[in-house]
Amino acid sequence: MADAVLFEFLHTEMVAELWAQGPDPGPGVSAGPRRVGGGSEGRDEKGRKMNLSVLEGMGFRVGQALGERLPQETLAFREELDVLRFLCRDLWVAVFQKQMDGQRTHHQGTYVLQDSSFPLLVPMASGLQYLEEAPKFLAFTCGLLRGTLSTLGIESSVTASTAALPTCKFQVVIQQP
Amino acid sequence: MAVCVAVIAKENYPLYIRSTPTENELKFHYMVHTSLDVVDEKVSAMGKALVDQRELYLGLLYPTEDYKVYGYVTNSKVKFVMVVDSSNTALRDNEIRSMFRKLHNSYTDVMCNPFYNPGDRIQSSRPSTPW
Repeated sequence: MADAVLFEFLHTEMVAELWAQGPDPGPGVSAGPRRVGGGSEGRDEKGRKMNLSVLEGMGFRVGQALGERLPQETLAFREELDVLRFLCRDLWVAVFQKQMDGQRTHHQGTYVLQDSSFPLLVPMASGLQYLEEAPKFLAFTCGLLRGTLSTLGIESSVTASTAALPTCKFQVVIQQP
Repeated sequence: MAVCVAVIAKENYPLYIRSTPTENELKFHYMVHTSLDVVDEKVSAMGKALVDQRELYLGLLYPTEDYKVYGYVTNSKVKFVMVVDSSNTALRDNEIRSMFRKLHNSYTDVMCNPFYNPGDRIQSSRPSTPW
């Protein structure tokens, strides 16, 4: 039963290690609530921007491997919605031992996946405290979603946002060919 | 016993192709290449047929006078193609399916290997495959 905790510890260490490598932030750097995964603009945050995409890249590679292993026994997916449902159920259960709470389609090609108690954010705080730290903890998971989708044949871009810990939303935008 | 085994990426280039009689390899490469058309046909036919369940095992793709070609497609659109000798009539469908399942498991292990970059050719450490 200690399995879930092992990944949480590893993830915490990954974030701490990659964040520490960034150059010392200048006195004027403030971190407001940022969106992760696209390009977080900042003044002298070049080190940080690099680190977030490194985390996302790691998540991408893991997602590619999981996208190969997890659906191995299931039958072929027929449409995008099947793939999204697979993400919310099987992938989330395999990685976080619980299912994702909500999935909504905004318009063609954009899906919003919502988790009301995201396991990697639950130990941090509940509410508005540490809102600015949340994006670094979501980068790996964005990459994970993007990697799994890419193995299953869907090119996408995934961004995450939090309004209040530990709820978070992952927005998946599918690139139309 | 399979005479030739091939793993084809979703962009239709071979990731791994190995045949047992090492002479005349080009003939098998050509056979695998032509079987890709049949695979695409089967996959699109299944998509249109609105069957409730879509199987990964495609079955016999096409028979020639000496060989039979079988196909299997994964959820990530990676195709496995196997060429077997027609004279070996003892091979049943179940055995072909189990061979494909083993191949799928090995391919999944390769994908999970962190030193493997998806899209590269697959290097096998053993010169001859055990099947």
